[in-house]
Amino acid sequence: MTRWGMAIDTDRCTGCGACAVACHAENNIQTVGEVEAARGRAMHWMRIERYYEGVFPDVKVRFQPVLCQQCGHAPCEPVCPVYATYRTPEGLNAMVYARCIGTRYCANNCPYTTRYFNWFAPEFDAPLERQLNPSVSVRPAGVMEKCTFCVQRIQDAQEVAAQEEREVRDGEIKTACSQSCPAQAITFGDLDDPESLVALLARTERTTHLLEDLSTEPSVIYLRGGR
Amino acid sequence: MSGPAASIHEEALVRPLSGFRPKLFFGSLVTGLLVAVLFYSWGYQIVNDIGVAGINRPVFWGFYIVNFVFWIGISHAGTLISAILRVTQAEWRRPVTRCAEAITTFALMIGGLFPLIHLGRPWIFWYMIPLPNERGIWPNFRSPLMWDVLAITTYLMGSILYLLLPMIPDFAIIRDKRLREYPKGLKTLFFRVAALGWRGTPQQWFSLEAGIKAMAVVIIPVAVSVHTIVSWDFAMAIQPMWHSTIFGPYFVVGAIYSGVAVLMVAMYLLRKGLGIHEYLSDKVFNNLGLMFLAFAMLWSYFTFAEHLTVWYGNEHAERAVFDGRITGEFSGFFWTMIIVNTVIPLLILPWPKGRKPLGTAIVGLGVLVGMWIERYLIVVGTLSTPRLEYTQGFYTPSWVEIGILVGSVGLFGFLYFAFLQLAPIVSLWEVREGEHLTHRAFAAEQALRAGREGASHG
Repeated sequence: MTRWGMAIDTDRCTGCGACAVACHAENNIQTVGEVEAARGRAMHWMRIERYYEGVFPDVKVRFQPVLCQQCGHAPCEPVCPVYATYRTPEGLNAMVYARCIGTRYCANNCPYTTRYFNWFAPEFDAPLERQLNPSVSVRPAGVMEKCTFCVQRIQDAQEVAAQEEREVRDGEIKTACSQSCPAQAITFGDLDDPESLVALLARTERTTHLLEDLSTEPSVIYLRGGR
Repeated sequence: MSGPAASIHEEALVRPLSGFRPKLFFGSLVTGLLVAVLFYSWGYQIVNDIGVAGINRPVFWGFYIVNFVFWIGISHAGTLISAILRVTQAEWRRPVTRCAEAITTFALMIGGLFPLIHLGRPWIFWYMIPLPNERGIWPNFRSPLMWDVLAITTYLMGSILYLLLPMIPDFAIIRDKRLREYPKGLKTLFFRVAALGWRGTPQQWFSLEAGIKAMAVVIIPVAVSVHTIVSWDFAMAIQPMWHSTIFGPYFVVGAIYSGVAVLMVAMYLLRKGLGIHEYLSDKVFNNLGLMFLAFAMLWSYFTFAEHLTVWYGNEHAERAVFDGRITGEFSGFFWTMIIVNTVIPLLILPWPKGRKPLGTAIVGLGVLVGMWIERYLIVVGTLSTPRLEYTQGFYTPSWVEIGILVGSVGLFGFLYFAFLQLAPIVSLWEVREGEHLTHRAFAAEQALRAGREGASHG
């Protein structure tokens, strides 16, 4: 069985933000503009959180890229009254945009606050409207959305593999964020395949999860503790 | 004859049902304008998308959910209070039940509107209704929102039935009166239909009494379950200071507290406006005032217990929300709530002089504000302080949300003014029955005394 997962090496992350931009381009995420962003409505499926450690002048900045953790026990799933969000057999926490009626309960119950709501119909500043990804639907107003682990790329790779009558190879699928990371801090792959790089990283001593005590069983692993 | 003989002051109760009544007309006009504000704001939001409200990330729920919980809470005025008084056969309940039950029904209708207003795409709200469809998709019955849908529709049906049943003999009384006075009037036709052919036969009386008794017993657990389920919208979520087992009983107590408060205010206004001092007497205010006091103490105790456990447990994320309330950005709201919900009621209500109509109405107004603030603190206080500190947020309501809140108060008033013109606000037959029973007890006592005197002489 496949269980998609991601390892993010926070020791490598430089906080450059390339992942967030790549995610916007890949997934047709609307750019809400200055005014709306100031009202707390910015939409970045992948965001870089900045935390400061220590006291001035001995301060260290830590960057933590946060995206949907694709939880094994996702708090967002049971609270949706219309099954607009559910768990796929491959361990993805999927959104059915057409089904969403916009109660926003899922977003409230997400301890990581990684769900984003379309307060208005999507708008793309020119010339962004010319580079929309045809594999990804544009979400209308009143609908919740979030990181999909680039499910369209997963499906493409699976189709190619099926035509060539083989399994999907490790490293064949790259999410937009991992592809664009100059520090190669983001690794995507199958956690259930013991040979995969992401499973290898998951077995190291530097493995942590976000808000582990809530037992949400995230599929995103954070690596930290090195220099 | 539809029952016992007419009560002496009944004229004041029947008067609003016919003719042009300036007070009622202007009341309807003003509240009707507020209803227009409500539907204009809501229409504006539907046309221009939900973003015109002030909610954002992480405060995904704002005024609409606050109002939803507030109005559902108000709805516990009637049915629950009137049912408890009926089941315990409190004689002084007779003039109170009708106006309380009407509050319930209208508050529930408005409360039930808010989850729809709140939706991002309200035009497909019916995805929440279990309709057979070709895609074979059912609603998710694990979601507390689905429990809400089921609980509130059950409660609304029950409340309407519970309000309508005792109105049948009254409609018959009015019908008979109007058939003599204006046999051809349109309103006479309304009362003829509404009376459902009531003739006052012993069989009809028996069925009616059985029905009312059954509904009174059924509606109490339904009312308790409804506000418990509303509290589970929060308690089932893992957010700090929501995920709490005390929320069920705490919400029920808070709901009844706000319910008594609105009943006090409504009764004061009815007494002033309609001049029905004989029915809504000082004794009624005093008795309900005692109930009010009991719930003031209960609510304060639950609030203390809720905050004590959070403070003592000292869990990081919960403490952040707690501190926001006690000393942080929400402290103004929190301490206002404590003053109007705990301090003022406990200063005024223990004294018999404080339980006069004006005193209870003033306390009631304060408590209504306080209970609204309580829900605001629960919804916005928690959501603006999520677990990952980086995503902390803030919330400022937009004019749309304020318009809808004000409009909902107007809608409540509008429905109530309409109700005043369609049914006597004090149950005619129940008051008659009460007077009849007192009269009979008095007569029996006199007969007994006379008999005793006769025996001693003989």
